[in-house]
Amino acid sequence: MLARLRGRQDVNLWFWVFVGPFFAGLVLFIYVPIGWSIYLSFFEAYNTVTPTEFVGMANYRDMLTDRAFRDSLLTFVVFAAFIVPTTFALSLLTAVLVARTRVMQAFFRSVFFLPVACSYVVAALIWKMSIFSGMRSGVANALLGLVGASPIPWLSLTDPPWYWLVIVSARLWLQVGFYMILFLAALQRVPTNLYEAAAIDGAEGWQVFRHITWPQLVPASTAVLLLLLINAFQAFDEFYNILSGFGGYPPYARPPLVYLYYTALGTGQNFGDGSAGAVILTVLIAALALAQTRLLRLGGRD
Amino acid sequence: MLHERRRYAVLRRVLLGLGTLLFLVPFYLLVRGAFSTEADLTSATWHWLPPTWEWGNLRAVFDNPTVPMGRALLNSTLIAVSQTVGVLVLSGMAGYGLARIPYRWSNAVFWLITVTLLIPAAVTFVPSFVLVSTLGWISTLRGLIVPGLFQALATFLFRQFFLSFPKEIEEAAALDGLSWWGTFWRVVVPNSGGFAAAIGTITFIGSWNAFLWPLVIGRTPDSWTVQIALSTYLTAQTSQVSLLFAAALVAILPLLLMFLLLQRWIVQGVERTGISE
Repeated sequence: MLARLRGRQDVNLWFWVFVGPFFAGLVLFIYVPIGWSIYLSFFEAYNTVTPTEFVGMANYRDMLTDRAFRDSLLTFVVFAAFIVPTTFALSLLTAVLVARTRVMQAFFRSVFFLPVACSYVVAALIWKMSIFSGMRSGVANALLGLVGASPIPWLSLTDPPWYWLVIVSARLWLQVGFYMILFLAALQRVPTNLYEAAAIDGAEGWQVFRHITWPQLVPASTAVLLLLLINAFQAFDEFYNILSGFGGYPPYARPPLVYLYYTALGTGQNFGDGSAGAVILTVLIAALALAQTRLLRLGGRD
Repeated sequence: MLHERRRYAVLRRVLLGLGTLLFLVPFYLLVRGAFSTEADLTSATWHWLPPTWEWGNLRAVFDNPTVPMGRALLNSTLIAVSQTVGVLVLSGMAGYGLARIPYRWSNAVFWLITVTLLIPAAVTFVPSFVLVSTLGWISTLRGLIVPGLFQALATFLFRQFFLSFPKEIEEAAALDGLSWWGTFWRVVVPNSGGFAAAIGTITFIGSWNAFLWPLVIGRTPDSWTVQIALSTYLTAQTSQVSLLFAAALVAILPLLLMFLLLQRWIVQGVERTGISE
């Protein structure tokens, strides 16, 4: 209808007037760099972003045989194994609690959502300097002191690895509110007549959740899990700010991005290896994302 | 049955109260740190309230010559404002074109845009750094602003929004002789305020809080953003902890105020993204 009113010949022109500026930028700043990076990953490129010597698959071999790179992938797996299920459970729990609350619902929603405005740098600062500072004056150690326990150096120990508690709790505080909103939106779309029918059948509490609410939340859960996984893969800010100090960054607990940052932009400035690493990570995350959507979709069909 | 329901209500309130406490304490610690003396912060005993309130920290943050906080605030403001405006204009137009103009290849173009969502932006920082450094944009505002103007997610969301926009109004505009351009700016835009506000605030927050890209591109102190300035304090040896908290308070205040004022839009925006449908 719209097209007929305006004549067909203008459609091409107007489409590109509207979409062209954005699409050109996207190509220049996403597609061109990725293409360049794939190209660069087959070359030596130390201290320069122009390729010097063709080395074939050597950069890929470097990365895949590099213990530190493989450790960074392991770090990601450990991190994801902590953060994905905990964030999922806590944001779902807060969403259900807030959704059932009639009084002060807006207040509770704001409280849980407020940290979303906070940056990872600010959170890292509060966690590192105030809550989990190794000193007696840190909140966590002060609380331990109340029960007579001695202070724990949270960030300078690798055995036991208390730093995981610091990293994971900071991210939980920052992101639970965001996923809670996604779940809240999904909860509000559950038809009320389903709950009425359940009430007539005498269903209560957990039963209602298990048989009415949860099945309606499956699509939202798929989206939340996918976002959580992609965001875990991108973890950089809190690791960098919590763990690095004046002496540099400790070799343990480098997630892939931190590792890549130091490879490509650290003292070595190795852009060939860095590019190969970026390509490997891109392939991995795309494969993981695809596998996850496929798996969950299959699960949801049952 | 009634008894059981009341027990759930009590449990719910206890959990919500506990959660509220846990979620607000970090903000309190930030404020407390910003107005404490250095000696009180590092003393062996914990005080919930600073024994002496130190009001000079905020001023000292701006007087520190090695970390130019004033300049960093200006940079962050320039970057966040221009990226927000840029994303709204570029993604708004592109979203409308994709939703409404029946071009032969529009599905292919839409697919090329959407597939970039699967590639995490942070994983592409090495190639993007390579490009920006080839352009000679390292440590410039251009280098910090321009690559962030092209947000595939914003375009995707605008397209979804415009698809649900009532078509009849646009048809009436077309009958009155308005072009696509006129229809968009004079009919569609004035009726999209709420959604644009939501996308705008989300973009602003993301831009203000961005860390990795400014860290990679802003290599000289006068190109630092607030987050980088703060991080420099945090990882330096000689920093005073109380100053650090004061600087963090400065960094978070503008956003917190905006957040409290515009919260309704943000929540609505996240809800309307349709990600959870």
